[in-house]
Amino acid sequence: MAYTIIFAPLIGFLIAGLFGRKIGDLGSQIITSSLIFLSAIISCYYLYQFIIGSDVLNFVIFNWISSGQLNLNWSIYIDTLTAVMLVVVTSVSFLVHVYSIGYMSHDPDKPRFMSYLSLFTFAMLMLITSDNFLQLFFGWEGVGLASYLLIGFWFKKPSANAAAIKAFVVNRVGDFGLAIGIFLIYKYTGSLNFSEVFQAVPSLLDKKINFIGTDGNLITYICVFLFIGAMGKSAQLFLHTWLPDAMEGPTPVSALIHAATMVTAGVFLVVRCSPIFEFSPFSQSLIVTIGASTAFFAATIGLVQNDIKKVIAYSTCSQLGYMFFAAGIGAYHIAIFHLFTHAFFKALLFLCAGSVIHSLHEEQDIRKMGGIYKKIPYTYAFMVIGTLAITGFPFLSGFYSKDAILEAAYFSTNSMGMYATSIGVFTALLTSIYSWRLIYKTFHGNYKNESYEFDKVHESPPVILIPLFVLTIGAIFAGFVFKDIFIGTDHQNFWKSAIFFKEQFELKHPPLWFLLFTPISGVIIIFAAYYFYVRNEKILENLKQTHKPLYNFLLNKWYFDELYDFLFTKPAKAIGSFFWSKGDVKIIDGFGPNGFAKIIKILSDRAVLFQSGYLYHYAFVILIGLTILLTYLII
Amino acid sequence: MNEIPILTLTTFLPLIGVFFLLFLKGEEEFVNRTSGYISLLTSGIVFLASILILNNFNYNNPDFQFVEQHDWIFNFVNYKVGIDGISLSFILLTTFITPICILATINSVKKRLREFLIALLLMETMMIGVFCSLDLFIFYLFFEAGLIPMFLIIGIWGGEKRVYSAFKFFLYTLFGSIFMLISIIYIYFDAGTLDVEKLLNIQINKDYQKYLWLGFFASFAVKTPMWPVHTWLPDAHVEAPTSGSVILAAILLKMAGYGFIRFSLGLFPDASVYFAPLVFALSIIAIIYTSLVALVQKDMKKLIAYSSVAHMGFVTIGIFVFNKQGIEGSIFQMISHGIISSALFLCVGVVYDRMHTREISEYGGVVNIMPKYAVMFMVFTLGSLGLPGTSGFVGEILVLIGSFKYNYWIAFFAATGVILSACYSLWLYRRVVFGKITNEKIQNLTDLNKNEYLILTPLLIMTIVLGFYPALILDLISSSVDKVSSNMTDYIKLAGAVK
Repeated sequence: MAYTIIFAPLIGFLIAGLFGRKIGDLGSQIITSSLIFLSAIISCYYLYQFIIGSDVLNFVIFNWISSGQLNLNWSIYIDTLTAVMLVVVTSVSFLVHVYSIGYMSHDPDKPRFMSYLSLFTFAMLMLITSDNFLQLFFGWEGVGLASYLLIGFWFKKPSANAAAIKAFVVNRVGDFGLAIGIFLIYKYTGSLNFSEVFQAVPSLLDKKINFIGTDGNLITYICVFLFIGAMGKSAQLFLHTWLPDAMEGPTPVSALIHAATMVTAGVFLVVRCSPIFEFSPFSQSLIVTIGASTAFFAATIGLVQNDIKKVIAYSTCSQLGYMFFAAGIGAYHIAIFHLFTHAFFKALLFLCAGSVIHSLHEEQDIRKMGGIYKKIPYTYAFMVIGTLAITGFPFLSGFYSKDAILEAAYFSTNSMGMYATSIGVFTALLTSIYSWRLIYKTFHGNYKNESYEFDKVHESPPVILIPLFVLTIGAIFAGFVFKDIFIGTDHQNFWKSAIFFKEQFELKHPPLWFLLFTPISGVIIIFAAYYFYVRNEKILENLKQTHKPLYNFLLNKWYFDELYDFLFTKPAKAIGSFFWSKGDVKIIDGFGPNGFAKIIKILSDRAVLFQSGYLYHYAFVILIGLTILLTYLII
Repeated sequence: MNEIPILTLTTFLPLIGVFFLLFLKGEEEFVNRTSGYISLLTSGIVFLASILILNNFNYNNPDFQFVEQHDWIFNFVNYKVGIDGISLSFILLTTFITPICILATINSVKKRLREFLIALLLMETMMIGVFCSLDLFIFYLFFEAGLIPMFLIIGIWGGEKRVYSAFKFFLYTLFGSIFMLISIIYIYFDAGTLDVEKLLNIQINKDYQKYLWLGFFASFAVKTPMWPVHTWLPDAHVEAPTSGSVILAAILLKMAGYGFIRFSLGLFPDASVYFAPLVFALSIIAIIYTSLVALVQKDMKKLIAYSSVAHMGFVTIGIFVFNKQGIEGSIFQMISHGIISSALFLCVGVVYDRMHTREISEYGGVVNIMPKYAVMFMVFTLGSLGLPGTSGFVGEILVLIGSFKYNYWIAFFAATGVILSACYSLWLYRRVVFGKITNEKIQNLTDLNKNEYLILTPLLIMTIVLGFYPALILDLISSSVDKVSSNMTDYIKLAGAVK
């Protein structure tokens, strides 16, 4: 059965990819969707098994690389962590497959799209079911590939192509870090299998090494480099620039890859490696700092973006920051819990955005929307629920997971705990503001699009609305139903060996004001935002005018793209041209073969002069030669 | 099997095909068609013969197998051939690529097809000869004689600047070879034999090892090619016809890597350890430098040629870290590069045959007209940038793991090449295949024909199969590499103890 989970999407990919034209659009849609449905059902079954107390399962498919000590298998490894991820990946993937049938109905390349989605699912499943670092790396790059293909799906758009390459290359920078981490692990533990590595870690705690010119603790180096990999995939600060651009891809892709699954792979990696991270306080602090900073940074940008998908993209970036700092303070199970709930409400928000875009005929700019809530009531209702969930409205899924993170941060002994708590609370307020701004700008106020008539705005077909409905159920209940299992007092029984806690993680109760602060201010913001974004837009307009530099700073995403362009892209090209024209052509060829040829030519030209043809010239040379020879012999 | 001289047969079988081709007469069309069949048949049989060898090959024996020995020129030269796992893997690569090359030639070369095929078959003999000779003189003969057909292929069937490129290629490689020849002659006078098996067990005088090593290095570095003697490669590739590029990239470059493993490490362990840092420095420069240069190329073939130099940088690094992962990784990387870069050159050939230009800017939007071609090209591009699941990944990761064990700085710098390779490969692909159609000529293209399918599909299959199941090669070379690397590690330990 475990094999079916992994290989059903692969088969779907192959069928739709190779025979897409033969079996037709509908055929490939049905085949891929039903195969994913199969994996989703089996995944749920496995999660259920783990809830009632199953043991770890490990299947070896076949040997992959074996060279000397290095021995790696293609494998399927299922523990609690994997089971949770399996459910998230396959269920969201299934819903997105179905949704795509409706969303891509006008696209000529449906089989290709479906096959890419299945390919992505396969790679993601390989990533989470790996029992070693290299298969994880396979999945890691595999999802990167699928993401590249899907972002660039509309290959005629130059911006989509550029975004696809950017995503791949920035991810490769992260992968570079991950690879270095993997090499370090192999060098010092002699293995890349999780169980062997994790067993070896306690004996390496005091090992000091000199690496890239500095002395330090081995475990810390390993953790930092693994985390760089995680930062790339999960779009954390400094390596986040690809995620907003990735919105060039079709919206179902954004929901599946850039919200619910692939971008959470970094969080998964950190949690999976909790037996290593737990022993490196330094890298834990680093994770907390980066996570919290990303949460804040992305939220500020989200406040002013005008593209409906980019707002949600930055929101994703910000929420991933939450997950990281939860993991950083040692609350791995809470990080995964937030990952779990976030998958539902963020996929919901993206798919709702897709539905809006669909209704407005490919319009994504929220300045050209407004007042359409009556036209598309279902989408509106679903999106409001999604927004309530993300802003942590009481008793919806986000409420449980986000509050748990803030509480854990409040009691954290980590040196950055205070920083994380305050940033976390403040960012929660920002989250509410940008989320409600999005709702009001999109659905309320006056309709502002001149190129598309208001009357033409239409609700999406059921094939789109049904997945939304299912996700809405998830966004409402996922927190309430699973909170006791995931993060309750008994959580150790559920996670077992999947998550390693150095010290028992105790659930304490913070003071009442702390508990009430975020939900209450969240509710207040609903009304305040309505006032500022719908009733009286002038106040904000004035604020924008008076604080132009700040506004531009946010609107241009803190100028990261420009900075990187200046620091990396342009120099690389300049150096490349320099090496080529000066290094290869001028110096090497100039002094090498061409120079050699030139010298020979010059010499032969000179030699020609000697052959003048006059007898007395030759006689003269012979005489001089003889003289010199004789002189030499005599002396 | 011991009675039949199967290695000699396999090596010289292509010459029988050449013999028939020489005496072919008649109408031009008839000659072309028949010579195509004859050479396909010949190379097919050679491929089967190599499979037969593989079948009878003992995987667990690290020593040379199928050894044949005959006296030749007095006592000076012995004809001696034999193979171990390392040589066999390259022989298989050769016999696998040659039929594909011949098909590609038949598909695209119109003038003097027969002569072209003769050159290709001659090359095949030389290349197999290089990989199975166990006598330094024989090795040298095959190694150098391989130059001549290649020189002709570039010089006669090449592009506009073919004569310049052909001479550049010839001069460069000849220049390196002279030093190797001097070294070989010295070895003969010093050790009294050129028998590789015997030489491997003799300690050559340490003082001279360094000079001898440098002599061999001069030749191998040019052929690899290593920075800074790489500039002949882009020119040669650009001017060579498609199948010339394929042979060049897939096999000729690999002779040098093979030479490094067999001779530099085997005969001069002292000097290899001594010079290893030099090799690392040159390889790292090669990887970063040529990757950056590849970023700014405007000609498709030049870009791929520069990426070849970068990929070969991984190979030389892997060999000189002396441990098992490093050497296995290098060999695997060579095989994989042989497959993937040939495929990339063939992909360029496919559109070149239709458009007669290699300028990247002339293309764009090819996917609209040639979707199947786009898929093929995509897989090979991904292989070239080392995506896990393709053969490119396995070689690279093994080399990196091996070199990281040896010295992390090497792996650290080499790994940056992995980022850069993603940049230039994807950029090339995007500019050629994606986007809107801007050049109206592209509108009239046709997708892959049957022959092109036949050419590219085996390469596609190998790329993916080796990516998921690299044991096909790794098992074959394991015990031989073990021998090489354990020799080296013993040696390093010994040297360390003396110090």
